[in-house]
Amino acid sequence: MPHAVEVAGLRKAYGSTVALDGVDLTVAAGSVLGLLGPNGAGKTTLVRILTTLLSPDAGQARILGLDVAGDAERLRPRLGLAGQHASVDELLTARENLRMVGRLYHLPRRTAARRADELIERFDLGDAADRPVKGFSGGMRRRLDLAASLVNEPPVLFLDEPTTGLDPRSRLGLWEIIERLVEDGTTLLLTTQYLEEADRLADRIVVIDHGQVIAEGTGDALKERVGGQVVDVRVADLAEVEHARSVLSSLAHETPTSEGALLSLPTDDGVGTLVRAAQKLEAAEIAVTDLAVRRPSLDEVFLTLTARDDQDAAP
Amino acid sequence: MTASGVTSGTGPSPDADPPQGGVPRDAPSEAGPRAITADQPAWTRLRWAASDAAVVTGRNLRHFVRQPQLLLFSTVQPVMFVLLFAFVFDGAIDVPTDDYLQYLLPGIFVQSVAFRAAQTAVGLAEDLDRGVIDRFRTLPMARSAVLAGRTFADLARNVFIVLLMAGVGLALGFRFETNPWLAVAAILMVSLFGYALSWVFAYVGLRTKGAEAAQSAGFVVMFPLVFASSVFVPVESMPGWLATFASWSPITHAADAARALSIGSGPALPPTLLSLTSIAVVLAVFVPLSVRAYRRAR
Ligand SMILES: Nc1ncnc2c1ncn2[C@@H]1O[C@H](COP(=O)(O)OP(=O)(O)OP(=O)(O)O)[C@@H](O)[C@H]1O
Ligand SMILES: [Mg+2]
Repeated sequence: MPHAVEVAGLRKAYGSTVALDGVDLTVAAGSVLGLLGPNGAGKTTLVRILTTLLSPDAGQARILGLDVAGDAERLRPRLGLAGQHASVDELLTARENLRMVGRLYHLPRRTAARRADELIERFDLGDAADRPVKGFSGGMRRRLDLAASLVNEPPVLFLDEPTTGLDPRSRLGLWEIIERLVEDGTTLLLTTQYLEEADRLADRIVVIDHGQVIAEGTGDALKERVGGQVVDVRVADLAEVEHARSVLSSLAHETPTSEGALLSLPTDDGVGTLVRAAQKLEAAEIAVTDLAVRRPSLDEVFLTLTARDDQDAAP
Repeated sequence: MTASGVTSGTGPSPDADPPQGGVPRDAPSEAGPRAITADQPAWTRLRWAASDAAVVTGRNLRHFVRQPQLLLFSTVQPVMFVLLFAFVFDGAIDVPTDDYLQYLLPGIFVQSVAFRAAQTAVGLAEDLDRGVIDRFRTLPMARSAVLAGRTFADLARNVFIVLLMAGVGLALGFRFETNPWLAVAAILMVSLFGYALSWVFAYVGLRTKGAEAAQSAGFVVMFPLVFASSVFVPVESMPGWLATFASWSPITHAADAARALSIGSGPALPPTLLSLTSIAVVLAVFVPLSVRAYRRAR
């Protein structure tokens, strides 16, 4: 499949802070790429370079075959961006915001007005359309920002943490809107800190940390790499943590991590591991106060992936 | 209806080229988004640049109307200065005119645009902070439009404030002593001076981090400069070094020209030419500086 986005060897530093350290990735036309990474990983920097807001120090990025640095002027009408912080005008109404953006895309006045009305209806902003954005909730603001990034019907869309700070209901609503866009053929690059979000929306996930790609694949493949489940063991006596870790280390494919008296074992077979852990702890006469199976948290995905990355890097 | 009530058929129109193939649509449809690119004829680019500037100006003018308190305080403040100086210093300051108000009011015109100029910096700093400029930068609009739209809107506000000051002055007994044309020229001259100052503060706004910093920078710079000029007192009444400084100040040039044009304090042409020259110098320095700062800002 042809690539709508091609990034090779992209680097960017702010002074001595290296934000992107040689990023390579591609997004197939009509597909969704989820860019997953912790705070400061370089997600926003990458999105800003791809949307012509920032120029890279080195490397190349092409979108729809156009170079983001050299062909920025021709590229802009074909891109949409909803940034990490909603960039809408607080003092204008929702309708005025959308019309203004339409006019700045050089749509004829009437077309811009019609487009604004369409988007207002589609994003369910009808009731608030003629009120200043100042009084909007976080969810409404996000919807308006997304609407503004669709005024030009862009074939390639960038969303930087579109649901951060939203309540579960607004998040679900936004996911449905995004899914509809993708059905209509839009190529989407989406950054997020939520594994669940990447899982639901993305065809492929790229994990970045410290400005480098540390893993990529489908959501399922990544979760398998990390271990599908986690067994938590809380030992009664803090002094027994190291003893428990050595007893349990043969059960998980990673060394169990610990925080205080809590040990976490990534595993594929949660219940089986739980049973075996109980037996081993019993045999070693280590008292536990809590024993449970759960899904891995994003933290653990990151921790595991970065730990693995370090091991790979070692000779 | 909830956020999920998305209707189909309003997505990218079916006649738009599908994104497959990675090939850009090179001739966007008549009604589609259009970029300003280097390969277009100059007049097309100019027309779109003008249209973009007009859109941004309109947006900024709406902001004035939607912030009534700001509008109120920005008009009350110069009125307060007129009243304070006219009544407190009447007779206490030695001026070439019989009545201090006659001397003061053209100066107040200049003072009011000088103190408001920092609003250009505040407006730009706010737009940067709130990401509005990021939105603009992703659009295929003229690069010049944000600064042009900002300064044009501020010019409109300056004209409004100077007219208001003239109205207040007339109510207090001020009289234009030249002729209506020169009175209009005085108001235009002061507004033009305010326009040049807007470019100074556009630069300040793009280079300082945050609207409050921009606001204080404006106050710290403009306050002493306005007092060290012929706005309130004649330059001749100042101590030697200050008089030298004041005689080089574009604020003095503007105040002298406004005075000559509105009350005929002397021949109008020399101070007007001097003021137009200093306005040209300010613009020649700060327009390129601001444009460069805009390209680089965050
Ligand atoms: N304007 C800037 N000046 C200096 N350093 C910056 C700037 N913007 C980002 N950085 C630094 O670059 C690195 C990457 O930042 P970036 O904003 O791209 O991360 P992110 O993945 O988007 O993080 P978050 O999840 O917090 O949004 C960080 O270390 C950040 O501190
Ligand atoms: Mg970010």
